Amino acid sequence: METLKAEKKDTKKKTAIRITGAEAIIHCLLAEGVDLIYGYPGGAIMPVYDELYKFQDRLTHILTRHEQGATHAAQGYARVSGKVGVAMATSGPGATNLVTGIADAQIDSTPMVCITGQVARHLLGSDAFQETDIVGISTPVTKWNYQITRAEEIPEIMAKAFYIAKSGRPGPVLVDITKNAQFDELDFVYEKCTGVRSYKPAPKTDMSAIEKAAELINNAKKPYIVFGQGVILGQAEEELKALVEKAGIPAAWTILGLSAMDTDHPLNMGMVGMHGNYGPNVLTNECDVLLAIGMRFDDRVTGNLETYAKQAKVIHFEIDPAEVNKNVKVDVAVLGNAKQTLELLLPLINKNEHKEWVAEFEKKRQIEYDTVIDKDIYPTKPGLTMGEVIEQINVASGHKAVIVSDVGQHQMIACRYAKFKQTKSNITSGGLGTMGFALPAAIGAKMGAMEREVVAIIGDGGYQMTIQELGVIFQHNLPVKIVVLNNDHLGMVRQWQELFFERRYASTVMTNPDFVKIAEGYHIKARRVVERSDLKDAVEEMMASKDPYFLEVRVEKEDNVFPMVPTGASISDILLK
Amino acid sequence: MEKQWFTISVYSENHVGLLNRISGIFLKRHINIESLNVSKSEIEGVSKFTIVIFSTEDWAIKIVNQIEKQVEVIKAYYHTDEETIYQESALFKIASALLFDERQIQNIIKEHHSQIVTVSREFFVLAKTGRRHEIDEMHEALEPYGIMQFVRTGRIAVSKAAMPITNILAEFQNQ
Ligand SMILES: Cc1ncc(C[n+]2csc(CCOP(=O)(O)OP(=O)(O)O)c2C)c(N)n1
Ligand SMILES: [Mg+2]
Repeated sequence: METLKAEKKDTKKKTAIRITGAEAIIHCLLAEGVDLIYGYPGGAIMPVYDELYKFQDRLTHILTRHEQGATHAAQGYARVSGKVGVAMATSGPGATNLVTGIADAQIDSTPMVCITGQVARHLLGSDAFQETDIVGISTPVTKWNYQITRAEEIPEIMAKAFYIAKSGRPGPVLVDITKNAQFDELDFVYEKCTGVRSYKPAPKTDMSAIEKAAELINNAKKPYIVFGQGVILGQAEEELKALVEKAGIPAAWTILGLSAMDTDHPLNMGMVGMHGNYGPNVLTNECDVLLAIGMRFDDRVTGNLETYAKQAKVIHFEIDPAEVNKNVKVDVAVLGNAKQTLELLLPLINKNEHKEWVAEFEKKRQIEYDTVIDKDIYPTKPGLTMGEVIEQINVASGHKAVIVSDVGQHQMIACRYAKFKQTKSNITSGGLGTMGFALPAAIGAKMGAMEREVVAIIGDGGYQMTIQELGVIFQHNLPVKIVVLNNDHLGMVRQWQELFFERRYASTVMTNPDFVKIAEGYHIKARRVVERSDLKDAVEEMMASKDPYFLEVRVEKEDNVFPMVPTGASISDILLK
Repeated sequence: MEKQWFTISVYSENHVGLLNRISGIFLKRHINIESLNVSKSEIEGVSKFTIVIFSTEDWAIKIVNQIEKQVEVIKAYYHTDEETIYQESALFKIASALLFDERQIQNIIKEHHSQIVTVSREFFVLAKTGRRHEIDEMHEALEPYGIMQFVRTGRIAVSKAAMPITNILAEFQNQ
């Protein structure tokens, strides 16, 4: 038997060039179409940085001020552009500083390749200076990782890294490269990877599952769609819209599905989950057929699983077989890429409207509007709300901005109230809930979509976790708009303490610095708003600015985010106040 | 759902980090690995993990799905005891004096169909292959006489039904 090769490559003949491993890494990046990377140098990765210097006209390296910032910037870039984000760091502390961003990219399925330097091969395992087992550390939070110890391995492994990061359900890949492999020479030929025999990016779609799904949908009286990021990653936005419109199905989104469908679409009913909208939560438990498209039934979405959509037939459109029946038992699993499966489904779907059912959502929306939304976005009592700031940004941006949010109350408010016309416009840390994500992610988002307005919405707590990245914004004069919603608290934790820990505010009150002065210290134009009368003007000035702009809005210190599904409760028992 | 024994068979590329990745999946779910064996398989260059867990079928399915999701895993299966042929092996190290002083020992060796691997002046070594309970029974029988060292392997198993890995690999080649 001929020996089977474990990888497939582009087989066009190419002639080899003799170069160092470090230079080979640059050629690999260029061959993968990378023109921008984020990172931080150090001893074990210096040969690669030396090559970056030589190739700076073709490959831009952005020095973030912390390696965590490099990962989040790469994520922000990947999420707006759909391309693979690249982050680079040295061994030891450089590598461990990447871990939070890698974990974030893993749980939010973001394509990212991280390259770390490592001590020379002969020193491995000796506790050498800045040696850390980053392959071991990153194993549980990477889609794949590998340690290169010989220069000859570089082209094949880099090709595999990019292929794995972006194919199927995307995710982060880490390649650790020992210093000797960077210095040594190899005969370099680059062939893109087109397949790995042990890896199936997307499972085969079973036409009978599609037919079963169509039958359930066509016979449904109260069908309901909940979609997630799978729609965006699978580029299935058009197909989703077509399905919603043809079958007249109300649709709601998970936090990562936001912006896959115009927020003003009459059948876009809003957000599901802990701080989602009232109707979309409550009516999950009243629909007769639930179509889950590219979402994974996270516990923040389902609340108590024992009472989640028990009355409904559940159809799961999913690319990752491991997600099927993981949390919710489904009646039909339609495996495959969402664009392809929805395309196959559409011709089998009858035209329909579900007027009465849709009206149920409208009724619930009115209830939520009267009890929550109106007060949030058009408040009349003194004290600025986070909601009115978001609404003001909606007005000033014409629903066209990319909104990058951090983690906490302001994130929930931003996702509840931000309006979007265009996909890939909502960038937030969903699965991991990483405070400090937004500022560096906004840098990446801006660089991934220079023509678009990028607004970061950040809490006073999370802002101080990666505030050093203002240095990048200043140095490159990146016209990112930064809005800090300052409530002088770790607001979301404080809210829980108020509701579930009898107001014992353990370590959630903060004495904050002068954020305007800090921004000015970085030579960034900055303004503070403390009065409602000043808000509109300030937001307009910010949006009109051609330069980076920092806006601090002093909001109510002890406002809460509602509706809310308390942990462990049924989504039917969502609290309106 | 009731807990029972499952044998999980994993066919994979022979990659150093994979054991770590696979054991991590059990660790995260707090599922104890009762035994683990890694060896080559019937296909050149393809490794086989044989993992035994005591769990519900629901968990076995979830675990197998998570394992199969790993890039270097070609295919993973789970089987109940009835669906497999399985064996374990054990070695017993015993003081040589007993072989001559205790006549019963000779009977135990015969009754349990075990082999004498080596005999030296100080000790002799017995090997036994069989089901877990058979090895346990032999252990019990020898225990009163004193066992100097005892070691048992993880389960190795083949399934009664086919595990058509060659087809999967061929399909990849022909794509
Ligand atoms: C890195 C990290 N540490 C801790 C938490 C837990 N946490 C979630 S929200 C939150 C408060 C965030 O405060 P702030 O950034 O001011 O936003 P706010 O809720 O006030 O809008 C905390 C501490 C987290 N999500 N991430
Ligand atoms: Mg705060």
